[in-house]
Amino acid sequence: MLLPTLALRNLLGAGLRTWLNVVSLSFSFVAIIFLQGMYDGMNEQAVHASVGALYGGGQYWHERYDPYDPLTLPDAHGPLPASLESLIRARQATPILIRQASIYPGGRFRSILLKGIAPDQGILTIPAAALQGGDGTIPALIGARMARNSGLKPGDAVTVQWRDVHGTFDAADVTIARVMRTTVQEIDNDQIWIPLEQLRRITDMPGQASLVVLRPGARAGGTVAGWTFKDRSYLLRDIRTLIRYKSVGGSVLYLVLLFLAMLAIFDTQVLSVFRRRREIGTLMALGMTRTRVIGLFTLEGALHGALAALLAAAYGIPLLVWVAVHGYGVPQGTDSFGLAIGERIFPVYSAALVGGTTLLVLLVTTVVSFLPTRRIAQLKPTDALRGRMS
Amino acid sequence: MTDPICIEAIHLDKRYALGSGTLKALDQVDLSIAKGEFAGVVGPSGSGKTTLLNIIGSLDAPSGGSIRVLGTDIASLSHREAARLRNLHIGFIFQTFNLLPVYTVYENVEFPLLLRRMEAGRRKKLVMEALEWVGLADRADSKPAQLSGGQSQRVAIARAVVKQPEIVLADEPTANLDAENSHHVMRTMVQLNRDLNATFVFATHDEKVIGYLRRKITLVDGTIAADERS
Repeated sequence: MLLPTLALRNLLGAGLRTWLNVVSLSFSFVAIIFLQGMYDGMNEQAVHASVGALYGGGQYWHERYDPYDPLTLPDAHGPLPASLESLIRARQATPILIRQASIYPGGRFRSILLKGIAPDQGILTIPAAALQGGDGTIPALIGARMARNSGLKPGDAVTVQWRDVHGTFDAADVTIARVMRTTVQEIDNDQIWIPLEQLRRITDMPGQASLVVLRPGARAGGTVAGWTFKDRSYLLRDIRTLIRYKSVGGSVLYLVLLFLAMLAIFDTQVLSVFRRRREIGTLMALGMTRTRVIGLFTLEGALHGALAALLAAAYGIPLLVWVAVHGYGVPQGTDSFGLAIGERIFPVYSAALVGGTTLLVLLVTTVVSFLPTRRIAQLKPTDALRGRMS
Repeated sequence: MTDPICIEAIHLDKRYALGSGTLKALDQVDLSIAKGEFAGVVGPSGSGKTTLLNIIGSLDAPSGGSIRVLGTDIASLSHREAARLRNLHIGFIFQTFNLLPVYTVYENVEFPLLLRRMEAGRRKKLVMEALEWVGLADRADSKPAQLSGGQSQRVAIARAVVKQPEIVLADEPTANLDAENSHHVMRTMVQLNRDLNATFVFATHDEKVIGYLRRKITLVDGTIAADERS
């Protein structure tokens, strides 16, 4: 315990110099954890929102359905097999029919997807209940982005044109029943939701669907002929890939913060070895080996990290908990991130994030503290006592 | 019966590289100092006094010849062994005091004992004893910056003698002190030499110090020009 005792004594004795380093390092600690927590929170929120509004517990896709190939959409529909029907009847699944269509808001042509969903479904968070009723026209639900881009608002009627199952064009007016606010762009951009049965009727596709969304935990027994099961991890793979790329960007920021903090420690250590040459000589004259002097100086540097962790915990924990509870308001225009981000982000601080960051900072601080002290190994006690570098 | 030899140098040389040539700091120095002596190496600046003290204190290695301190050949010591020799047997007093600035007086004096991993109770007893010897027990909690030059040097003396070493090496111990403090410090060391029977070796050209010496070894250009006892 000799070296830790001496190192702590030296560190506390150095007063303001120590505390400046400790305070700045603690800022880095809190900033790194806060920013990574924001990223993790944003990612978790995106996954949670996408699962709730779109993916459910997995989906059965009609065998010709490919969301990445619009040319498949005209043929991506079929009657529901008995095993999926029984899940739907048991309210363990909900079917969705997707057709290509066009609208003419304000006289301008716009391609959209017309999606049919059961108004009484209880599996997705889409407010489909707004599609119940309708006074002669077809009630429609659109997202806020779609409303903004097309200039539509609740109560507006817009003409929709589609092809039925035989390829015949038809058209009708739909009335916007509700504009939903959603963070999930995949249920918002360029699409109109109408009641499933009405879409089936106007396209002459009774009992048909393009995909079936399952309630979490539900699953049809065995394989379903003509339909492919896509589990949640498959459906989320695009989001996860996006998150992975975004986390690289986050890591760069993390590394920059870490680098700046380490630069301060490195600088302090270089100065310390230079400024305290005479003290190093004295320590050697009093019987301290070079190895122990190096150990002492390294430990002093490393203790900056430990003290910073304690200080960061003292003010960082209440601060980070407050942000985690109340969330952090996201400025408008964050849609461009490409993720389903809410108006407030609730950061998530996992034990791995906090523990990992603490360990990493302590480890890097120790290494950075050690590097300048290697000069001591070449230092002759007689030169050090005269205040010279060998 | 004579006291046993404590320090013995035979044909001791020390050369430093200087540009393309070498500088001879010590040249064929033959010297023996017995236990309990109160001796001083005197001479003008650059005569090799500090170099000789550094080699005796195992802070530097000789370039030629041999030197044995307490029976140990200094040239053969590893860094670790040299550090151990210094910690156990040799106390240093420097011209600039070299107190550790962030430590209190007590902690400065305690430091050599901490390196020995001495038990706390015994450590405290020895530190307070050493501070009593130099008359600074009441300043134990002061920081070096709060002390006068004379007090600082007395703390350095307490730190050198707290471990009750066989040898105390003092390099120009009064160079930064006024006359009154110089005499005070020297009287303290004379007293400690008597009480502890430790060997004191000084490097000095200060007449006030020279007046207290019982043996004066005069060094000129790295060679012993005179060796007088009083």
